[in-house]
Amino acid sequence: MPLRHDDQIVIGHGSGGRMTQELIQRVFMPHFSSPGLLQGNDFAALGLPLEAQFQGQLSISTDMHIVSPLFFPGGDIGRLAVCGTVNDVAMSGARPLYLTAGFILEEGLPIQLLDRVVMSMQQVAEEAGVQIVAGDTKVVEKGKADQLFINTAGIGWTPAGRNIGGAQARPGDVVLISGAVGDHGIAVLTARGELGFETDVQSDVAPLNHLIEAVIEAAPHTHVLRDPTRGGLATTLNEIALQSRTAIWVDEKSVIVHPSVRAACEMLGFDPLYVANEGKVIVIVPAAEADAALTAMRAQPYGAEAVAIGYVEAAPAGRVLLRTLIGGTRLLDVLAGEMLPRIC
Amino acid sequence: MRFVDEFRDGELVQKRLTDLRHLVTRPWTLMEICGGQTHAILQYGLDELLPPEIELVHGPGCPVCVTSLELIDKGLAIASQPGVIFCSFGDMLRVPGSHNDLFSIRAQGGQIRVVYSPLDAVKIAQENPDKQVVFFAIGFETTAPANAMSVLQAKGLGLKNYSVLVSQVCVPPAMHAILGSPENRVQGFLTAGHVCAVMGYWEYPPIAEKYRVPMAVTGFEPLDLVEGIFMTVQQLEAGKVDVLNAYSRAVTREGNTAAQAIINRVFEPVDRNWRGIGRIPLSGWGLRSEYSAFDADKRFGVSGIQTRESPLCIAGQVLQGLKKPSDCPVFGLQCTPRTPLGAPMVSSEGACAAYYRYGKK
Repeated sequence: MPLRHDDQIVIGHGSGGRMTQELIQRVFMPHFSSPGLLQGNDFAALGLPLEAQFQGQLSISTDMHIVSPLFFPGGDIGRLAVCGTVNDVAMSGARPLYLTAGFILEEGLPIQLLDRVVMSMQQVAEEAGVQIVAGDTKVVEKGKADQLFINTAGIGWTPAGRNIGGAQARPGDVVLISGAVGDHGIAVLTARGELGFETDVQSDVAPLNHLIEAVIEAAPHTHVLRDPTRGGLATTLNEIALQSRTAIWVDEKSVIVHPSVRAACEMLGFDPLYVANEGKVIVIVPAAEADAALTAMRAQPYGAEAVAIGYVEAAPAGRVLLRTLIGGTRLLDVLAGEMLPRIC
Repeated sequence: MRFVDEFRDGELVQKRLTDLRHLVTRPWTLMEICGGQTHAILQYGLDELLPPEIELVHGPGCPVCVTSLELIDKGLAIASQPGVIFCSFGDMLRVPGSHNDLFSIRAQGGQIRVVYSPLDAVKIAQENPDKQVVFFAIGFETTAPANAMSVLQAKGLGLKNYSVLVSQVCVPPAMHAILGSPENRVQGFLTAGHVCAVMGYWEYPPIAEKYRVPMAVTGFEPLDLVEGIFMTVQQLEAGKVDVLNAYSRAVTREGNTAAQAIINRVFEPVDRNWRGIGRIPLSGWGLRSEYSAFDADKRFGVSGIQTRESPLCIAGQVLQGLKKPSDCPVFGLQCTPRTPLGAPMVSSEGACAAYYRYGKK
């Protein structure tokens, strides 16, 4: 009797033939069933919101997702892949509408694991209100990839009048963040099990488009929205300071770091201001709209811990400065490279 | 977080700084020994909050900074060999040798593993019996107990594929070298709290006496640092010389005697070359002859090392407190964390890295 290869990915699943069809029908179709996909073409023909025919512009973004382990406390690679692109599109002030998903599968990947990832993608796509409308799968030989890589691309529509971007920060603006920093980086690092200690830290990976929509409604003159992912809060603020040629002041005391994240960072010699987040957004708004933006964020499930952490000044342009816990001041620079644990 | 938050309390720090301002009557130059302290001082902006009379100069307590270039080149040569898994503390990966660093060797296919403890390297040796596993055992007294323990453990397990490339150094001989120099400016010391947690502080009173330099055993949080400075200045202002303990929650006079016993079992005092400073007699530890089977230097017998130091780098003077990173003509220009000419620009305990990272000019 021929082997059916039902339990793990084999090279044949990427052949484009019957096995590929079976994989699509067994794993992808039960979860992904948007009208675009059900057309069964090599493309998806999509409709735009009615208003988009008269005003606004389209925003598009793409991102590769590689994470080890694939499942970590608070999320998985699928949730990460959807949220990453939804958030990137939303940071322009756009409303994310459609996603595509490309999968690189390593030979030997358990199909049941792929199924869980795909299910997780669909769940979070529904939460974000986006449709997954096109996809592709390739299989590579064992050892040529680490289990599963996912690419997602997203399209959104930005209503006219929204002028949001890193260059828009202005002296006098207030810097807000939607919650505590460092959760994702520490959750993934401890999930690898190499540290010799465990934490109860959950990744913050979440779709932020609804929160962002609420912020823009409350603070229509929002200048900057950006998610502090790799490189953390410090690195992202430096990007904004450079783009807008302003100085950003941060009050260290105001930045929330959950106790377990702080403890892990203390042990490893990491600074939580540089640790990755996947469900936080930095919001920079004119001072007059800061309270409204904060109130709007706090009313959202992913913004309960939103706080003001600093303000924008004219000089020294391109720099981020930190008011330390003890009242000193210093530069908050970008990292030179990988964050490495200290010796003693 | 208990035992951390209260030592970072802005109000308590400001209060102690006010006491310090009332105490000080004239200029004093103090050295903090440990690079971790240098980083904490700049990280919290404490240097700006001190009374202008007090100048802090930065000491040699940066393990990767003082590891001799010859030994780093040896490490790099061993790490490049096929069949070797080279284990190191993360801080060493970016440190420039004469021609390259561990990062570039890893990029070329060398098996470099960052470990958090030398005991992890022993585990890697157990799991890879067909590979030679080498641990780069650098550091001051703080790393010595665990490094020694790894050798004892490997011996106990009968491992034939584990060895250590040793570059252990000690604080007291470096203090002698600094204080004995005709150019010395240091009038008081903040000793390194973590080193004292292992070794105690019984070694320091004779040094304080000999050079008439008061000291305080000092921790790493802002309030610890202010307290250490206060205790040292108090002695200077009163004309007293003693070694006081401003880090009593972690340090006793005797130190951790169990750890000291392990160090003495495995290591013996040897002369060491300090990068940028030179040879200091009996300033470090090497493996005792009973453990020479675990000596990577002997096992791999790397020879023909031709070291080449950048002529522009003044790391040696920085490490002895004779110059500050900002006095260096190439600081932030030719020498940055991306293009380091010396180790202090890349180590998380290096003074140059701290000046660069925290925007100190």
